[in-house]
Amino acid sequence: MSKKTEQQGLFAAGGDAKHNGSEAKLAKEPKGPKVKSDTGGVTAEAMGQRQREISVSEFFTKNRHLLGFDSPRKALLTAVKEAVDNSLDACEEGRILPDLKVSIKRLDGQDDKFTMTVEDNGPGIVKAQVPNVFGRLLYGSKFHRLRQSRGQQGIGISAAGMYGLLTTGNPVRVRSKPGKRSVPLYFEIRIDSSKNRPIWTDKEIDWEKDHGTEVAIDLEGEYRRGQKSVEEFLKLMAVANPHVQLHYTDPDGNVTEYQRATSELPKEVEEIKPHPHGVELGILIKMLQDTECKTIGESLQDDFSRVGPSVAKEICGLAGIKPDTNPRRLATEHVVKLKKAIDATKIMAPPLSCIAPIGEDLIITGLKKEVEADFYLATSRKPVVYRGRPFAIECGIAYGKPGDTLEMTAEGKIVEVAVKKPNEEALMGAADEPIRLIRFANRVPLIFQQAACAITKAVIGTNWKNYGLQQPRGALPIGPMVVFVHIASVWVPFTSESKEAIAGYDEILDELRLGLMECGRKLGTHVRKGKKLANEFKKRNYIETYIPHVVVALKDILKFDDKTAQSALANLTTVLEKSRKL
Amino acid sequence: MAAKKFIPQPPPKKKDRGPLSDLDKITLREIKTCATDVHGEIEKLGKPELKFPDRSLRNARYDKKDGYFVMGRSRVERTLSVNTVKSFAQTLKMMSLSKELIDADDFATKREAYYVSKNWDEAKFDEQPESDATMDDIEALFSLEGVMREHLRFKADEHGGKVAGELIVLDRDRESGRQLRIDCTGFGSGAYSIPSSVEQLGFETKAKCILVIETIGMFERLSQHNYWKSAHCILIGTAGVPTRATRRFVRKLSDSHKLPVFAFNDCDPYAFSNIYRTLKVGSGNAVHLNQFFCVPNAHFLGVTPQDILDYDLPTHGLKDVDVKRAQDMLKNDPFFQAHKEWQKAIDMMLKSGQRAEQQALAKHGLNFVIDEYLPRKMKEISKFLP
Repeated sequence: MSKKTEQQGLFAAGGDAKHNGSEAKLAKEPKGPKVKSDTGGVTAEAMGQRQREISVSEFFTKNRHLLGFDSPRKALLTAVKEAVDNSLDACEEGRILPDLKVSIKRLDGQDDKFTMTVEDNGPGIVKAQVPNVFGRLLYGSKFHRLRQSRGQQGIGISAAGMYGLLTTGNPVRVRSKPGKRSVPLYFEIRIDSSKNRPIWTDKEIDWEKDHGTEVAIDLEGEYRRGQKSVEEFLKLMAVANPHVQLHYTDPDGNVTEYQRATSELPKEVEEIKPHPHGVELGILIKMLQDTECKTIGESLQDDFSRVGPSVAKEICGLAGIKPDTNPRRLATEHVVKLKKAIDATKIMAPPLSCIAPIGEDLIITGLKKEVEADFYLATSRKPVVYRGRPFAIECGIAYGKPGDTLEMTAEGKIVEVAVKKPNEEALMGAADEPIRLIRFANRVPLIFQQAACAITKAVIGTNWKNYGLQQPRGALPIGPMVVFVHIASVWVPFTSESKEAIAGYDEILDELRLGLMECGRKLGTHVRKGKKLANEFKKRNYIETYIPHVVVALKDILKFDDKTAQSALANLTTVLEKSRKL
Repeated sequence: MAAKKFIPQPPPKKKDRGPLSDLDKITLREIKTCATDVHGEIEKLGKPELKFPDRSLRNARYDKKDGYFVMGRSRVERTLSVNTVKSFAQTLKMMSLSKELIDADDFATKREAYYVSKNWDEAKFDEQPESDATMDDIEALFSLEGVMREHLRFKADEHGGKVAGELIVLDRDRESGRQLRIDCTGFGSGAYSIPSSVEQLGFETKAKCILVIETIGMFERLSQHNYWKSAHCILIGTAGVPTRATRRFVRKLSDSHKLPVFAFNDCDPYAFSNIYRTLKVGSGNAVHLNQFFCVPNAHFLGVTPQDILDYDLPTHGLKDVDVKRAQDMLKNDPFFQAHKEWQKAIDMMLKSGQRAEQQALAKHGLNFVIDEYLPRKMKEISKFLP
């Protein structure tokens, strides 16, 4: 990758001013006008003395909730999630089928302190980068690229490490082996929160593994099973990532193995340059400042996707700027004109090859693996674009609790299917409860803030009554159903850094709606069939209740023998059931 | 000590009954034919069905010559299906019960039959109207062969009417079989009560006519003051709509001695249609029975709308239901449609918007009805409403 594209990636990716702070620092500029000292207030000079740079690490130490560490229970889950995300991203980028081992142990037998360990068989991390990856916030390979991946900002795992250090005083421990022939290394890393720099020790160790990374963090947490638990997260992860084999050990030593259901890795995704329609003014200014191109025309063509000579010319013409102007010399007002011209110009949608959806078959595979149901379906929408960024919506449905259902045998009899007992983390609710909605962004389960999420809004906004389900006004529909929704994008618009809810851009809401409707239509056919069968079962039960009375009455009047009665009963049953059409 | 729980025992075996009567034989034959048809259809793997006559006014035809409502050809088919399987089973069970009753020479009242069904598990009737309707269906089905409910050994729970006057009823003592002669003049301050089954009765009388009275109050007045003596009539009090037994009694009595029948009712739509019309030509619901139960030679003595004017009777205003009923009578009832005189009378009542009770005659003195009204009316029998 050339330096140029890296820069382009950097500027296009940041939608948020916070992420654009150069070298990951948030700086308060000294304020302009002088404060009146005669009012008895603090003078500007005095204020100026107190105004200084805040390190990102310090900022997040004070605002840990922004990263998902607001409660001990959530902290434990977030730490696992960040470590697993990193491992999976690394494995997939290295084209390795992920084999993960996750364990949670009580720290020295304490009930509120845990050691969380995640080990992968990924490509490992080179010695020089290990301390930075785990001991420095906003350090990573993903933020600067327009590419679909789980992690986006390079905050997660180091924030988890920082939280661990803060609550237990223990350093993050990392084992890494980047290749078969390289020497495994062991690191102990602490983050210097005022400088946002790692402090570490490392040594060579023995580790019988071809390649991979293991991270262990001690942290304050609360372990509880059920909803919003680590177990649920891993189960959901397994749904959306059927190519992952995961071995999990809980604090009580119980082992759960989430089996790999496909050896097909997610499609390798390409990076793309930012699309002009997705670029905001501030970023545009910055891009033009930093471009290596000599003219504005060249810059438009080289730094953006889908801009050829004719489109570049059209934009410049509309903006009233000569194409051979030096981009660095453009005044802000001209950039504003340029931005307006870009928005007014028709530009081909960005290439969609950067999106790797899960695919209908694998969604169904994943659901079947982890959710017991008697009917599965999935819809994978074609990628489209919001604000110049490609994304794709995928929906899946697992419907009906096995055991709640009736089946028709080859002989035309209707039988009840035997009931199975659900386990604690069963995703499927009861028939009279709201459906379970499971949300995913780039294959990562979204556990918290369901109500604030655009996905939830889209599910509620869909009229499920059309598909044979009950739905209270303004709420999730009722029924034994799990709805799976996945958004895959080069840049998922989360509502906050803890990546819990999707922002409701119109394009995204539209796609969600269409995807859910497509699933709903398929579901409706099935639900109606099931209802019909249930109705029929009731009627046949009714028939079978009264047929014997007909026969007994006839027997009493005509005084025929039991054999004749038996045959009459059999005939009557056959006639009534056969004559009923389904 | 706790009371012992009752454990049902099979009924003791009855001593053999006497020979079956011809009617019983016909009834049994009909029940068996019906069951055989159903069973045959089942053996053929077909859908059995029962065809019941349509018991409603829609299916009633009024023939002036016959003098009563005749059942039309409309039939209700009940094919065995999900929706009908319960009532199908109940109908057959009810027939089976009827056969049992004939075999044992016993009977069951409608209410008893309803309670018998409580032993039919899921096929039991929840409410008596359901079992009554099933009974009526079977009766209608067999009425095509001349079988009545009484022949099926089902009896009404309803009271019979009261009788007073120059009449001797010939009945039979159930135990000894000896003939009983019941003198209807000899009940003092009481009256003879019509039994629920009247087929076995005979009559001796010298009376000239039968007076059927709607209210028991009026009946008592006329019987206590021995009006029957002076008018040479038999008084029958119906207390509202005459029951089947009362209608049959009046019919038999009228037929046996060629006695004219005069109805003395209130002057309102209910008295015209539900009481008088039912007495004379029968009802829609029992259209299959009318040939036995109607009294075609009945005539309406009063109180007529014209009487209200002639005798200046105190009145009440017609209620909405009365008006509706009267309009319905003109529009849908074949009997009233066939008689212009009735249409005129009803029109007159609707126009005045007034109704009057029998007792309103008391305005002119308690015995005005005996001393003035009835004698005056009886002189103009030809003016009675048909």
